Amino acid sequence: MGTRECGHTGAMSSPTKGEAGLTGQWRTSRPVVDHEKCTASKAGKTVCMQCWTYCPEAVIPKQVPIEIDMDYCKGCGICEEVCPAHAITMEAE
Amino acid sequence: MGKDEDSKFLIITGNQALALGAKLCRVQVISAYPITPQSPVTETLSHYVESGQLKAEYVNVESEHSALSVCIGASTAGARAFTATSANGLAYMCEVIHWAAGARLPIVMGCVNRAMAAPWNVLNDQQDSMSQRDAGWIQIFCRNNQEVLDTAIQAFKIAETVYAPVMVCYDGYLLSHTVMPVEAPTQEQVDAFLPPYRPHTILDPENPKNINQVTLANPRLDERGVMCHGYMELRFLLEEALESARDTIVAVGKEYEEAFGRSCGGMLWEYRAEDAEVILVAAGSLASEASMAVDALRETGIAAGVVGVRVYRPFPKEELREALRDARLVLVFDKSLSYGNEGPICTDLKAALYGSESMPPVQGHIAGLGGRDIKAREIEAATRKALQNLEAGITTKPTEWLNCHI
Ligand code: SF4
Ligand code: SF4
Repeated sequence: MGTRECGHTGAMSSPTKGEAGLTGQWRTSRPVVDHEKCTASKAGKTVCMQCWTYCPEAVIPKQVPIEIDMDYCKGCGICEEVCPAHAITMEAE
Repeated sequence: MGKDEDSKFLIITGNQALALGAKLCRVQVISAYPITPQSPVTETLSHYVESGQLKAEYVNVESEHSALSVCIGASTAGARAFTATSANGLAYMCEVIHWAAGARLPIVMGCVNRAMAAPWNVLNDQQDSMSQRDAGWIQIFCRNNQEVLDTAIQAFKIAETVYAPVMVCYDGYLLSHTVMPVEAPTQEQVDAFLPPYRPHTILDPENPKNINQVTLANPRLDERGVMCHGYMELRFLLEEALESARDTIVAVGKEYEEAFGRSCGGMLWEYRAEDAEVILVAAGSLASEASMAVDALRETGIAAGVVGVRVYRPFPKEELREALRDARLVLVFDKSLSYGNEGPICTDLKAALYGSESMPPVQGHIAGLGGRDIKAREIEAATRKALQNLEAGITTKPTEWLNCHI
């Protein structure tokens, strides 16, 4: 079946999770959280949250422990860069 | 139906004709940046808006890039949008010219044809719009000021039928600043001809959409699980729209003729071409000039005719094949050049003839660059020369430059 069935004249999508596909597939390295070092995990509260603030893909929910949605994390490494506790390390996929 | 008794004759310039055409189409958003020789279009329209004769938003901008960008936003939101420019202004729009077509927005833009800098030159040739021929816009060339008005009205109908933008091209100064009698239809006539604009995608705050989001190579399932177009499918659809525009342009032209009693032609127009052995091909006012050369040639027994390229994109391939079928010789006069090759009409015409039953020899000419004057008798002389070459058995000559004193 071709794409005509979608009925779109121009490019269009709905602003919803996953509308751009599984962008996590673009990743070449993944962020790994060390909960022993993470301030939030240690405190058991949503404190610090620099990673949540700066993640450009909004794939880090505001919760403890920090859990990254790897379906959509593009592996940019910003969270590693901003984490004041050096709790995030990028590892090759 | 024929002509309406209330329509009136005006003595106006091409620029005034375009502005009047836009007004009669009840454009809702106008955004344009003044540039010679287009400026009077913007001045006339801003006067219409300021004096309350036209209920539209006139958006002042700092550049042509912004002018077309405003039109893109307006057209996406469902407003009938209009702009106009020339030469370097058109080049400055380049990025968003492609965007308007890719987004399938039926914007109408006047392109008052002017030579591209460097060096600076404000006079006429057709290099500006020709350089944008591959962007996905429909390009229609006008012969006179009446056609400028009539084409503007048809342009919105064509654009809003196939969802592709239309460039209404007419020669700077030769038409833009020359007054001619123009019959203006009444508002009621135009309202009856042109229904309100309906965008292909209705923006709805209850059902928000990303429009022209990043669309990569492959088709992709959307959140409903429906396979949606990738970039290539969308480009296929744009090409399909331009190809289908041929029938729409002809149909809209016929409908216009029925309603208003005037025809600008379909994809082409012809002058004494029916029985012609020698056919002169050009676009815009140069093609009108060629008609005078044809009269002179006919007086000396040469069966000459003109085929005017009215629509340059989509290119009238089939129509040219048909019109040139019985020609012994074809002369093309281009007011622009694809540097390192030849005139763009010449190239496209040759490609259209490839594989057709009769393949008449085609002699290309470059004429009138940067406003260099070109007279009917010079076109006549060029035709005689090409005929002499043909008699001498020479059928492939390099492009001739008319009136170039190098
Ligand atoms: S900041 Fe970059 S690497 Fe970290 S979670 Fe977000 S997308 Fe992934
Ligand atoms: S930035 Fe680092 S320390 Fe702060 S919450 Fe995120 S992972 Fe924990």
